[in-house]
Amino acid sequence: MSSTQNEWPLWEVFIRSRQGLGHKHAGSLHAPDAQMAIQNARDVYTRRQEGVSIWVVPAESITASSPDDKEVMFDPANDKVYRHPTFYKLPDEVNNM
Amino acid sequence: MSETDKNLEARFEAYVAEEKKIEPKDWMPDSYRKTLIRQISQHAHSEIVGMLPEGNWISRAPSLKRKAILLAKVQDEAGHGLYLYSAAETLGVTRNQMLNDLHTGKAKYSSIFNYPTLTWADMGAVGWLVDGAAIMNQVPLCKCSYGPYARAMVRVCKEESFHQRQGFQVMLNLAQGTDEQKDMAQDALNRWWWPSLMMFGPNDADSPHSAQSMKWNIKRFSNDELRQRFVDMTVPQAELLGLTIPDPDLKWNEERGHYDFGEIQWEEFYNVIQGNGPCNKERIAARVKAHDEGAWVREAANAYAKKENEKRSKSATHAA
Repeated sequence: MSSTQNEWPLWEVFIRSRQGLGHKHAGSLHAPDAQMAIQNARDVYTRRQEGVSIWVVPAESITASSPDDKEVMFDPANDKVYRHPTFYKLPDEVNNM
Repeated sequence: MSETDKNLEARFEAYVAEEKKIEPKDWMPDSYRKTLIRQISQHAHSEIVGMLPEGNWISRAPSLKRKAILLAKVQDEAGHGLYLYSAAETLGVTRNQMLNDLHTGKAKYSSIFNYPTLTWADMGAVGWLVDGAAIMNQVPLCKCSYGPYARAMVRVCKEESFHQRQGFQVMLNLAQGTDEQKDMAQDALNRWWWPSLMMFGPNDADSPHSAQSMKWNIKRFSNDELRQRFVDMTVPQAELLGLTIPDPDLKWNEERGHYDFGEIQWEEFYNVIQGNGPCNKERIAARVKAHDEGAWVREAANAYAKKENEKRSKSATHAA
């Protein structure tokens, strides 16, 4: 049993639903290596043709921003409404610009 | 509780009340985390144990088509269990801990799976009623405040719909068949009706954790509300099948705009939860046996991974 006491590493699964779209996070699973993670991901996350391509990434390899930094990271974009096209009121004649 | 924790908790409650979502690394009260771990892992266990009563019929399905359908359904349930275990793991519990809790009888799962599946009609009744009740419970969970649980439930609900429809179709075929087949369908309905109503949990007055779960937006509707919806939805379906729901008190209430129905035998419910249902011991024994007998497969996968890894590092050395 000793080998099964330690859990298999966790893999994050990303799936491209069809050509032309990006890979999107689908969920996670455990597997002993990357190849078997892909095989398991096929069975767990694409039973109904949800994908045409799978990425698996060791969960521990992902570096994430911290929730505590949310404000520092993302608030500065809050008051820059002039980055959006709707900020500019133009004459009706050019309204399709 | 310290002043900071109180502040954090107040902020958390306000945030959740605005219908905002909590993600794994966000601050959350310990009790919220514990409630979710308990609920999500129980839900995962229910999917896994839920494979057993149906697995029983795969080799005896009446046609190749029905066998393929049943296999697909049971495979979905394995998948649902896996989505949910992953969601629970984001809260800090390990897969091994959860499996261990299930195998030692510490963890609970839906009491419905402790009833036996005696005839083929039970495959119809389970899909129609048990999956129907599960969907009724699960759809509101797609909007649960905990992101990973809500996302897992979206996938589960999408897939669950076929489960109910195939079950109804099994019932329909039997109900339109010979007298014996119709009797078989009626017998299955007789045995599954009340346990299905129990799936919604105790009456609201006896459900102590419900209020807190509703405040946290984990739960959206009360047990009795969902149960009433299920009854209202299912009665016309039974009429369509030409089958009789085994409840003499079942009656349309014009004033309420709902069906009235009889009192549930809660003693039976608590008895099954406490481990004394018809199949509790059998289910856990089957689950533990499958896990133990699968040990060599997990070991082989480890050995294979190790060998492949060695091969790769060897060829990398050669290339260098």
